[in-house]
Amino acid sequence: MLRTSRFVPYLYLTPAALLLAFTFGYPLIAIFDFSVRRIRGASGPFVGLENYRQVLNDSVFHLSVAHNAQLLLAVPILLGIGLLLAILLYERPRFWPLYRTLLFLPYILAVPLIGVVFSNMLQLNGVINEILRAIGLRALALDWLGSAGLALWSVMGVIIWREVGFGMTLFLARLQSLNEEVTEAARIDGANWWQRAIYVTIPQLRGVIEFYIVVSIITMLAWVFSYVYVMTRGGPGNATIVIEMYLYNFAFRNALPGVASAVAVILFLFTLALTIPLFRLRAQALEEDRT
Amino acid sequence: MNAAPTPLDSAQPIATSAQKHSRSFPWERIARQAILIAASLLVLLPAYFMMVTALKTPEAYSLSKFSLPNPLTLENFDVAMRGGRFLLWFLNSSILAIGAVALSLTVSAPAAFAIARMQFRGGHSFLALNTALMVLPPVVMLVPLFLFLANVRLISTYPGAALVYAGLVTPFSIYLLTNFFRSIPHELVESALIDGASSLTILLQIMTPLSAPALVTLVIVNGLWVWNDLLIALVLLPRDELRTLMVGITVFGSRYNNDVPVAMAGMLLASVPMLIAYLLGQRYFIRGLVAGAVKG
Repeated sequence: MLRTSRFVPYLYLTPAALLLAFTFGYPLIAIFDFSVRRIRGASGPFVGLENYRQVLNDSVFHLSVAHNAQLLLAVPILLGIGLLLAILLYERPRFWPLYRTLLFLPYILAVPLIGVVFSNMLQLNGVINEILRAIGLRALALDWLGSAGLALWSVMGVIIWREVGFGMTLFLARLQSLNEEVTEAARIDGANWWQRAIYVTIPQLRGVIEFYIVVSIITMLAWVFSYVYVMTRGGPGNATIVIEMYLYNFAFRNALPGVASAVAVILFLFTLALTIPLFRLRAQALEEDRT
Repeated sequence: MNAAPTPLDSAQPIATSAQKHSRSFPWERIARQAILIAASLLVLLPAYFMMVTALKTPEAYSLSKFSLPNPLTLENFDVAMRGGRFLLWFLNSSILAIGAVALSLTVSAPAAFAIARMQFRGGHSFLALNTALMVLPPVVMLVPLFLFLANVRLISTYPGAALVYAGLVTPFSIYLLTNFFRSIPHELVESALIDGASSLTILLQIMTPLSAPALVTLVIVNGLWVWNDLLIALVLLPRDELRTLMVGITVFGSRYNNDVPVAMAGMLLASVPMLIAYLLGQRYFIRGLVAGAVKG
């Protein structure tokens, strides 16, 4: 530790603290304030819990929450595929660095770019349906983004397509920091691939898996705006509207920042509730790394 | 395509045992390759579609979407370049990303230095709070930020948007730099102190040069974050000539929804710089994104 006069550390901290106060501190206080007002311009009269009442009684908000909840189904799928790919790559099959480069690639690509390409591929007469028809699955050639019952599942598919590489890379990095002797011992004892994965490899990844689950839950609840905006704008109808989109519509299309702030408060509390376990898990994962 | 050794490649012993093992169970090797090839093809399908479609005439596209382009045409790129202002969007995104990353690094390095190397009240709480901010979705903060910037007339300006972006990536910058600064051997700092160096000298002449890997990681991860963002750019930069590449291609994509070859030519133009950057700096991308997630 450096010995300095009492004020010096705060001097170093101030610019960052000011910037964080501007982007996080002020807005986080302001959403609580705005959420109990009818905002016109910069402020407005106090209306109590009116905005919350409006949001919580709005069937479109219920629909948005239900859609985010449905997207949570992607979490176990992401986990399963990510783990499978990581374990396969860990065994260093031929060309594995090439596979790793390829499989991580979608995560680097911007969502709007992916969204535009996929929304063209998923058109009724698009390439996906052409392939399905060509391999004899004519019955599966559906209007992936245009039909209300399917659109959200299609969006989920695209989310999985992009996000899988992140989990895979995370698990692979953790695996490569493990001691291989344990897996080797299991192999010598005659455990097959499946037994080794279930009883030896995956238990050792527990910390990072739990961490990944929480991060993915937060992603599905509050980081899917650009997928939805680019591919469906929340439609057809409200078939793919999510909480972020609902907030965006109220704030920037209906010009009702008070109502939007009530949604922001709700979303903030959701995230906060998930951040607490995340902290515990991060601490655990770091602990495991040290041992 | 990727032969350069990366930090993740270093654990060698398992390779030999896995190869030995695969030799005794060829079916296992085949199954493994089959799964990996299938996954890779799924990843490559959109890229393939984008490339072949961008080179197709509209007639060829309506006949077959999957087939290779015949006849080849570059006409789509011409239309795309006239229909979208790719160079301008590209420039806007670059200005924002560079500005935000530079500002964030400038404020984060001193803060991380203080937290990592000085003892003072509130240091630990500051770091804990900072780490919690890393997972907070920006949409939560967006309404007050928008109203505030509108009031001070910074909506639709580079400085306004760059300030917000810089703030949003700063928690990660501080988190990563604090961990990195802590790992720098104490002896180096000690000997500088004996030579009479001030704390500022230590930060600028010892910590910063030694932190090059962490700084590169931050430039890449944060730059990518700003570059790829859609929501904030959509809200804070509503003027046409200030559109970022992400907003630009979103608008472009819906405009050419019925002219798929032109839409794909546009997407190809927009993705080439990123693809090149990824293939050149792959290990930094991976290291940075993994570091952001679990490790310090």
